[in-house]
Amino acid sequence: MAYPISPEKALEAYGDMFLIRRFEERAAQLYGMGLIAGFCHLYIGQEAVVVGVQSILKPQDSLITAYRDHGHMLAAGMDPKGVMAELTGRSGGYSRGKGGSMHMFSREKNFFGGHGIVGAQVPIGTGLAFAHKYNEDEGVCITSMGDGAANQGQVYESYNMAALWKLPVVYVIENNGYSMGTSIARSAAGPNFFGRGQGWDIPGEKVDGMQLLKVQEAAKRAVEHARSGKGPYILEMDTYRYRGHSMSDPAKYRSKEEVEDVKQNRDPIDHFRAYMITTLKVSEAQIKTIEDKVKAVVAEAVEFSKTSPEPDPSELYTDILKEGSATL
Amino acid sequence: MIVEPKNQSFVSMTVREALRDGMAEEMQRDKTVFLMGEEVAEYNGAYKISQGLLDMFGAKRVVDTPITEHGFAGLGVGAAFGGLRPIVEFMTFNFSMQAIDQIINSAAKTLYMSGGQMGCPIVFRGPNGAASRVGAQHSHCYASWYAHCPGLKVISPYSAGDAKALLKAAIRDPNPVIFLENELLYGHSFDDVSSDPEHVLPIGKALIRREGKDVTLVAFSLMVGKALEAAEQLAEQGIDAEVIDLRTLRPLDIETIVQSVKKTNRVVSIEESWPFAGIGSEIAAIMMEHAFDYLDAPVVRVTGADVPMPYAANLEHLALPQVDAIVEAAKAVCYRGD
Ligand SMILES: Cc1ncc(C[n+]2csc(CCOP(=O)(O)OP(=O)(O)O)c2C)c(N)n1
Ligand SMILES: [Mg+2]
Repeated sequence: MAYPISPEKALEAYGDMFLIRRFEERAAQLYGMGLIAGFCHLYIGQEAVVVGVQSILKPQDSLITAYRDHGHMLAAGMDPKGVMAELTGRSGGYSRGKGGSMHMFSREKNFFGGHGIVGAQVPIGTGLAFAHKYNEDEGVCITSMGDGAANQGQVYESYNMAALWKLPVVYVIENNGYSMGTSIARSAAGPNFFGRGQGWDIPGEKVDGMQLLKVQEAAKRAVEHARSGKGPYILEMDTYRYRGHSMSDPAKYRSKEEVEDVKQNRDPIDHFRAYMITTLKVSEAQIKTIEDKVKAVVAEAVEFSKTSPEPDPSELYTDILKEGSATL
Repeated sequence: MIVEPKNQSFVSMTVREALRDGMAEEMQRDKTVFLMGEEVAEYNGAYKISQGLLDMFGAKRVVDTPITEHGFAGLGVGAAFGGLRPIVEFMTFNFSMQAIDQIINSAAKTLYMSGGQMGCPIVFRGPNGAASRVGAQHSHCYASWYAHCPGLKVISPYSAGDAKALLKAAIRDPNPVIFLENELLYGHSFDDVSSDPEHVLPIGKALIRREGKDVTLVAFSLMVGKALEAAEQLAEQGIDAEVIDLRTLRPLDIETIVQSVKKTNRVVSIEESWPFAGIGSEIAAIMMEHAFDYLDAPVVRVTGADVPMPYAANLEHLALPQVDAIVEAAKAVCYRGD
């Protein structure tokens, strides 16, 4: 009988999810120790979304998201050391300490940020898709946004242009039920984000974002649609964030039971682990090997983020404009 | 309409509480006043400025919006055209960039374009300027952006008493008012808060926070505190600095600055924002126009560094105006090097 994923690929995806979880837990610790400051939004609970989508992409595809971006960067293959060192504001970080948690980029991995303004990444992702089409590189842009972001007007301006020009973009709405302290019932008229492209004939579907295989399957359909020149596609991922909105949010707007229920019954990592063992016959030992490897990688990233020096003061005035322009 | 009641007493409270009380009193006084913004109601405000207001006034008048700044800013303008007095909270002014078209093209210009028929009594308020370690997209002072625009009034208070009395003035004003708060001041207590609900301060009037004769330090919002600190240090070095808290940026209280300069003959302006076309640039120009003959030294601007705000702790410190820089600038205009 053919399974949708091989044991090798499954272990790989599991490792990626486990890496995000572990990385974020350590980031929370570093925040508590005062090594990370400002806003820091953890991805814990949503791991299957980005890992599932990323696992079916091609190297030329691009990815863009908002400020809850650590998971996206790790899934895109960015170096955990560079990500963690950016969180601590050190010269070894992806933005050499100048961006912080919300603003990181990797041209090499086609990760285009890391954006602090809710919704602003959506037209930008649409523009990346415009460039894919223009350059005929057969790339697709994955544009992630939250359920809160999905109410910004520029999202609908983007839908229109993407449909009009058949741009290769997949809009991934990571619906974790809340925008800060506001539940979707209090922010969105009509709960179906996947259906909001209807006016432009943009296909959309709702996906269980806590199940890696479901995410992969839907992402394949969506990306194929976009890659084949048929235009945009909307995936609404039903998911959940375990932690507060950012480190300063006590999350009083939801009950402990609600959170516990998701953790107990829908956890993406536990769920996939069980699937690997019972269906794919992967052994506990194999899983442990992966987990140990990930733990070592994260420990190394933490160490690096503490020892990498602060940026040199001269960095204050670098990177404002590119050299080589025609001014003066 | 300015009311200066007698027998008022002043109490101590935080800027956060003063702003809340100011809104509550005006909402009590005028049924057309309502508050709208992200997380203002059930969450009691992202920075807890609207603490308790939902309980006091209900969901009709304390309205949680979706994250749609351009939409709800425009909706607020429409409500103001329709006879209401909206207070629109931006979670921070960084996000007002999403809405700036409605603020300028709709709110600020319509009175003029309608030959005086329309009018837009609306307050856009929220924290402005750098917070701490939140990076470039969340650390930005928009004072000079809004102060540039005719049709707007722009207020940026320092103390709790001013925050309350000027917010009340803004709410009562028949024009669109940009009310720039500062997150780092929210928790500070000041003992200058009037408990009289009819105590309202005039928009457009600066305050001399410290009298001195050698140099005038001009600042607003958080930077007033830095200027006062600098003045203490300067006093130890024998320089007697006068500190002006601008309080309103548009219309600017030119008279108070000019009178001060006639006495001190020297000006240092201090602001968090970028130097180019900043509030300090305007003050320098105004000194040329109104006080040229009284200046004994060129105006010096102390500003934020001309870069997007960095995240790293050491770079962020370098990017913001520090007390040392103010002291140095004051000594420079007094020709007092070490
Ligand atoms: C334009 C803008 N408005 C407001 C904010 C403040 N803010 C940051 S995150 C957020 C909630 C966004 O929720 P959602 O889009 O659901 O994403 P999630 O945090 O759940 O991943 C808000 C209001 C912002 N950063 N940008
Ligand atoms: Mg959300």
